[in-house]
Amino acid sequence: MSRIETDTVFVRRDFLEPEAPPPSLGGFPGWARKNLFSSPLNIVISLLMLFVLVWTLPSLIRWLFIDAVWTGTDREACLPKNGEPVGACWAFVNAKLAQFTFGSYPADQRWRPSLVMILFFVGLAWVAIPKLPRRREGVWLMLTAFPVLTFWLLYGGLGLPVVETSNWGGLLVTLVVAITGIVASLPLGILLALGRRSKLPFIKIVSVVFIEVWRGVPLITVLFMASVMLPLFLPTGVNFDKLLRALIGVALFTGAYMAETIRGGLQAIPKGQYEGAASLGLSYWQSMRLIILPQALKIVIPGIVNSFISLFKDTSLVMIIGLYDLLGSIQRNFSDASWSTPSIAPTGLIFAAAVFWVFCFSMSRYSMYMERKLNTGHKR
Amino acid sequence: MRSNTFKILLLGAAFVGASAVTASAGTLDEIKAKGFVQCGVNGTGLAGFGAPDDAGNWKGLDVDACRAVAAAVFGDPSKVKFTGLSAKERFTALQSKEIDMLARNSTNTMSRDTQLGITFTGTNYYDGQGFMVKKSLGVSSAKDLNGASVCVQSGTTTELNLADYFKSNGMTFNAVVFEKQEEADAAYDSGRCDAYTTDASGLYSIRLKMTNPDDSLVLPEIISKEPLGPAVRQGDDQWESIVRWTHYAMLIAEEFGVTQANVDEMKTSENPEVQRLLGVGEGVDFGTPVGLSKEWAYNVIKGVGNYGESFERNVGEGSPLKIARGLNALWSKGGLQYAPPIR
Repeated sequence: MSRIETDTVFVRRDFLEPEAPPPSLGGFPGWARKNLFSSPLNIVISLLMLFVLVWTLPSLIRWLFIDAVWTGTDREACLPKNGEPVGACWAFVNAKLAQFTFGSYPADQRWRPSLVMILFFVGLAWVAIPKLPRRREGVWLMLTAFPVLTFWLLYGGLGLPVVETSNWGGLLVTLVVAITGIVASLPLGILLALGRRSKLPFIKIVSVVFIEVWRGVPLITVLFMASVMLPLFLPTGVNFDKLLRALIGVALFTGAYMAETIRGGLQAIPKGQYEGAASLGLSYWQSMRLIILPQALKIVIPGIVNSFISLFKDTSLVMIIGLYDLLGSIQRNFSDASWSTPSIAPTGLIFAAAVFWVFCFSMSRYSMYMERKLNTGHKR
Repeated sequence: MRSNTFKILLLGAAFVGASAVTASAGTLDEIKAKGFVQCGVNGTGLAGFGAPDDAGNWKGLDVDACRAVAAAVFGDPSKVKFTGLSAKERFTALQSKEIDMLARNSTNTMSRDTQLGITFTGTNYYDGQGFMVKKSLGVSSAKDLNGASVCVQSGTTTELNLADYFKSNGMTFNAVVFEKQEEADAAYDSGRCDAYTTDASGLYSIRLKMTNPDDSLVLPEIISKEPLGPAVRQGDDQWESIVRWTHYAMLIAEEFGVTQANVDEMKTSENPEVQRLLGVGEGVDFGTPVGLSKEWAYNVIKGVGNYGESFERNVGEGSPLKIARGLNALWSKGGLQYAPPIR
């Protein structure tokens, strides 16, 4: 910068260093001002929220962690101390954790459902993470070998002792019902959606009737029919497995909902796509498989995942037919006299909520990831 | 009501063709063939009657009733499988043969006994509506509750019984009515009412959920009849007798001091009643005529103990519930539990 010359104009050749933004716009104050205090209404709402947080969070944290009981073997641990109720009774959850996970599955056989769960999550990761190799083989393995292996491991036979489904429970039942429902309802929904748009009157009527009947009936009614009414119609002494009945009911019910979600996607595809497929000389199934469905399913990912999440939570309804899913086995234990204290019910319910939330939130995040990934090209 | 042909035509044939079961075989033969008793218990759990322990095994007074029957039939109390049932499906499950016996804190009433195709085999717990009060009130009888405020759940017969009881005793009260049991629990705990009323068995488990369980007291008066007992399908007298006499055997054992621990020594007892109970002696066999072994009652007591032991373990002093025997004491001790003699 040593250009001192006489009576000439000064030309600046270098840019000025940019100034830091004023303190009120940068960093946290700036962020807060832009997002929380940008208008009078926002200021009021923000202050209100802040007040609610300050009001509730400390006592919640206190109840959940500070005053909570972490260890103990029976209700003595969680009894009120000096007349003051204790916080969350995590000792209760700890003592019952195996039961919340596997139900009454015999203790020496619990490695079987554990193994199934590990295999499932490994397989799921393999299929779901796009960068991994041989995903196509993974999908086939998960759809063919895995269910057979799961049935053998969970139920038994061929060298393994049989564990009746009435002993299954907890998270195991939640996962079995939800995953069977999810896996069975998607193809069923696709077929029904195509059937409802079919030009063949018989197929169309059958699909419409199926969808409307199953969609018009509450899931509780379906389960109740399966559990209470069906045995009355069957010849005496013939017993269907209760879990199997619930699985079939849930799969058909979700299938009907899925069909309507997918039909929405099919209707969003412009007519030109159908005509284009036809003009290429593709058969009906070819055009569906190669042109229409890939586009339609991509559009309705949010709807499909919505159905999955709602199904995952609806699994709790199997409680009314005497199967114990995660929530059912937790609630059932509220009546265990050796743990009966004021704090076990809220503790158990918060635990259930947390587990459900983790699963549903993961599904939701994965669907958003898939949407972004598949959203190549044309943005609508 | 339901004809077999109709059923089979409608659905049966469509679902399962081959596996027809011979309808003529008695319940006992079927149970012996399959190797276990299928017993319906409280699926939502009732403290002390049917609830899971830490390992997920069923425990309770009703559960013991099932295990005792399994012990009578097989000599092994573990040969029983449990079906958790809701209040709505319990009787259907019995009618449709999904279960062999029902032990799910069900009140024996005339309509249930006569109209549902089921038979109650006895009463393993005499329940009834009672009162719980704070000890600080200094009340020892429900008769002292004149002018008290009482927490009660709305829309149940409990509310009706409460009004009847106070009216017939010429007393006044303030009902503090709640929609849900949890609300009523919390209101009583926070001191909004002087007393709380519901079925006595429920009062004891509600008391455990209070901030200070020892500050409350369940009063001795019972103001309604709720005899809870096991039930079986109508029309199989042999099976009904087995379930009925299993309960009686447990009562007789308590009466004569036969316990799980001393049952083997008692086999040498000179008391003819005990000898007949345990099947000791020449020609003493009350089991075979009903399709069981000679040692059926010995097996019951060896397997689950006598009625008093089962009571204490599940709901009495040996449990957190600490329910007093009250009406459930033997008749010889002022209660209602009475068994006909074995002879």
